[in-house]
Amino acid sequence: MDNVLSMITFIPAIAALILGVFLRGEDEAAQRNAKWVALIATSLTFLISLFILAEFDASNTDFQLVEEREWLLGLKYKMGVDGISVLFVLLTTFMMPLTIAASWKVKTRVKEYMIAFLILETLMLGVFMALDLVLFYLFFEAGLIPMFLIIGIWGGKERIYASFKFFLYTFLGSVLMLVAMVAMFAEAGTTDIPTLMNHTFASENFSVLGVHIVGGMQTLMFLAFFASFAVKMPMWPVHTWLPDAHVQAPTAGSVVLAAILLKMGGYGFLRFSLPMFPVGSEVMTPLVLWMSAIAIVYTSLVALAQEDMKKLIAYSSVAHMGYVTMGIFAANQQGIDGAIFQMISHGFISGALFLCVGVIYDRMHTRDIDAYGGLVNRMPAYALIFMFFTMANVGLPGTSGFIGEFLTLVGIFKVNTWVALVATSGVILSAAYALWLYRRVVLGDLIKESLKSITDMEGRERAIFVPLVVMTLLLGVYPSLVTDIIGPSVTALIGNYDTALADAHAAAQLAGASQ
Amino acid sequence: MTAADLNVILPEIVISLYAIVALLGAAYTSQDRMAGLLVWLTAALFVVVAFWIGATGDGSTRVAFGGMFHDDGFARFAKVVILLSAASVLILGQDYMARRDLLRFEFPLLIALCAVGMMMMVSAGDLMALYMGLELQSLALYVVASLRRDNAKSTEAGLKYFVLGALSSGLLLYGASLTYGYAGTTLFTGIIASAQDQAPLGLLFGLVFILSGLAFKVSAVPFHMWTPDVYEGAPTPVTAFFATAPKMAAMALFARVMHDAFGGIVGDWQQIVALLSVLSMFLGAIAAIGQKDIKRLMAYSSISHMGFALMGLASGTVFGVQAMLIYMAIYVTMNIGTFAFILSMERDGQPVTDIESLNMYSRAQPGRAMAMLILLFSLAGVPPLLGFFGKFYVLRAAYEGGLAWLAVAGVIASVIGAFYYLRLVYYMYFGEEGDGMETGRSPILWGFLMASAAIMLLGIINMFGVESIAQAAAATLVN
Repeated sequence: MDNVLSMITFIPAIAALILGVFLRGEDEAAQRNAKWVALIATSLTFLISLFILAEFDASNTDFQLVEEREWLLGLKYKMGVDGISVLFVLLTTFMMPLTIAASWKVKTRVKEYMIAFLILETLMLGVFMALDLVLFYLFFEAGLIPMFLIIGIWGGKERIYASFKFFLYTFLGSVLMLVAMVAMFAEAGTTDIPTLMNHTFASENFSVLGVHIVGGMQTLMFLAFFASFAVKMPMWPVHTWLPDAHVQAPTAGSVVLAAILLKMGGYGFLRFSLPMFPVGSEVMTPLVLWMSAIAIVYTSLVALAQEDMKKLIAYSSVAHMGYVTMGIFAANQQGIDGAIFQMISHGFISGALFLCVGVIYDRMHTRDIDAYGGLVNRMPAYALIFMFFTMANVGLPGTSGFIGEFLTLVGIFKVNTWVALVATSGVILSAAYALWLYRRVVLGDLIKESLKSITDMEGRERAIFVPLVVMTLLLGVYPSLVTDIIGPSVTALIGNYDTALADAHAAAQLAGASQ
Repeated sequence: MTAADLNVILPEIVISLYAIVALLGAAYTSQDRMAGLLVWLTAALFVVVAFWIGATGDGSTRVAFGGMFHDDGFARFAKVVILLSAASVLILGQDYMARRDLLRFEFPLLIALCAVGMMMMVSAGDLMALYMGLELQSLALYVVASLRRDNAKSTEAGLKYFVLGALSSGLLLYGASLTYGYAGTTLFTGIIASAQDQAPLGLLFGLVFILSGLAFKVSAVPFHMWTPDVYEGAPTPVTAFFATAPKMAAMALFARVMHDAFGGIVGDWQQIVALLSVLSMFLGAIAAIGQKDIKRLMAYSSISHMGFALMGLASGTVFGVQAMLIYMAIYVTMNIGTFAFILSMERDGQPVTDIESLNMYSRAQPGRAMAMLILLFSLAGVPPLLGFFGKFYVLRAAYEGGLAWLAVAGVIASVIGAFYYLRLVYYMYFGEEGDGMETGRSPILWGFLMASAAIMLLGIINMFGVESIAQAAAATLVN
């Protein structure tokens, strides 16, 4: 099992290749084969990924299971996981079989659909494992291609606008990061991520075109990476692509987008911004914190006004991602633990919520909140599951949503009470929009004619939700499952961050004294 | 003139002799019946000569005719790319031209002469040799641009290209004469000796005029106006040729003049090349958005790509030249694949170039659509395709050359440019049902399309070793 990481990364791609080359025809049998191949490949990936967990040593804060090969231009093909990335890998492999199962009813171009999702899985896994800057960028950007096609081909009415917006928005953010990566390569002479984490980039202040830049090179690089991750996250005010993309994407596309793709931004902050540009991060922290606080309150308010269920959940995602950025830039143990926890938990909860929308969308082909009401009368099982995830989204204690929000709020309270105050009010707002959504869709009398014959969830749909419910509850009552794995790595990250900052301050004082 | 000198230019002599003999033979025996055969013969000759040049080069630099002609690693790299791409394009276009009654025996022979001109250009060590090569190439191109004599657009394209080309040659000659006046010699080795660190004002004027002439040949903004019209008007196989080999030759010539003749005053030309680069990238990206004709779109796309290649040159370093060579090799490969596709686009036997005819193409031909998708994303510079690595190289070169602003401008232009490539993907994959098109059954076009897409995908593993070859080639130019 020397190359288990490469193995799980490329199994989906190989399955996609097999589908592309050997599967012919558009008939029923071909469609069924495509689905089964995809389901088996993703399940196999998940099973093998459990080996990572078995071999992973949480007390070791270095990268583990590392693979390394020479590549072009002095770049390396280097993969590895540490406490911060390992759970994202598992989240991805865990969600993908569910996503495929949720797409069982897709009728158009099934083969291409499955290929797109399998390729996407390979690229997402690569993002979380890559230990070379350019390799990371490769996976990070390449994910846009399948997602562009997923939204564009299998999306809703406004899919073309949404897919172009998605692609160009995220592409613009990322190319600035590419320039910063080129700069890092030139400055440090390597693209090896572990080496770069120990490299100190210049942080002397300088001016560009008359603008005084505190933190110098580090701040510029931080901003370039920020442009990419903030869009991907997405943070207010560059979040506007997300509601469009979510609303237009097919259900499975929304699930992947919310559960995994959004986590790449948060992962990027933890992997690059904090460890590599500590001074830049410190300079920009107030801005990021206030952007997060605004995101939490503003997008929660926007969510209250939505008439489209998917859009509402999309805005709720933006708000929840606000807690993540807030926790990360609190830069203490609770904050970062909470941020990672929140990302994992949001992966299950928002994925499940989009699946919930998908269940009734498959039956009624509308996402308008007004088109529903009183579903509890005909769909009791559905009502129960939807309520469970609504509560988890609100952050009810006992569900994983609570732990993430609570830890990030504790973390931020130690750093900036005002931001904490504003952010806490978001908890109330999230309860408001989520419960109101639930009341309008599920509760009340069933008066709409079109809903009179709606059927409750079938076995396949119930089976998809079972693992999600289990995980949400399990993490809610036993959060050390996660924090034990991420804890040591986070402690090391914060230790390095504080040391680097102390060194930079000392150097700045010395420079100030000598002048 | 000694046997040693002749030995150095043996590949050029072989191709020239072949062209003359074939021309005489074809003229005496028959009109156009031999044309098909000649296309294959010429292409085969190109491939043989390319392998000959590639295999015999042992890294040494040979100089002939008192410094007029350089046979170094750089020239050999450029010649191999030029010959292979010219051979590919000849084979690609053969069926298209035969079916539309355009296949005259002059066509392959003009291309052969053009190739000799291009080989002269990239090996030039003297302003006169440079001009000779450039004119030999250009004259052949003027004629092939108007190959479709009875078509107004084609003749217009040829005439436009001729008039503007003559103007640019004039600019270049004027610059050459100024340079000669102030440096006292036309040899690059002499010019570089008289322009170390600081150059007389007259020499700078000469430099600017020479740059303008060269910028015309690589179709860099603001000397790009001919490109869209010529691309659109010329028959598609000719357009495919325009987009590949001559671009490589002109770019290599650009690098040679800048480094061999003006390598001592990098600071003086760096800013001009950087400006040409940034203008080309942006104009190419923005102007292509409104295009409805795929050939015009490819014209703007090539302008934008030339901007990126110039970005590598603008850095003024060895690595910059290496980046430019790699970028051009990738660019040429992508364009061969894309034009293989464009050549196959037809409806009722008539060629179509309207991008709306791509509507829902992926449903009719999933395999070809997938290959085209890969090429388009590669052209846009989206990872994990090879086009991204080309961009990565030039970005790094620009940054290390102290042109961080150019790198930032470049990536922003690439985002704008991504829009129109995406639009083609949009037509192919999620447009509306409309008048479709066929893409013929030609296995040759299919093969080139698929091979090009496969290279874009598999090349990221080790770039087929081109990286180290380009590095060695760049090292022989800049010293």
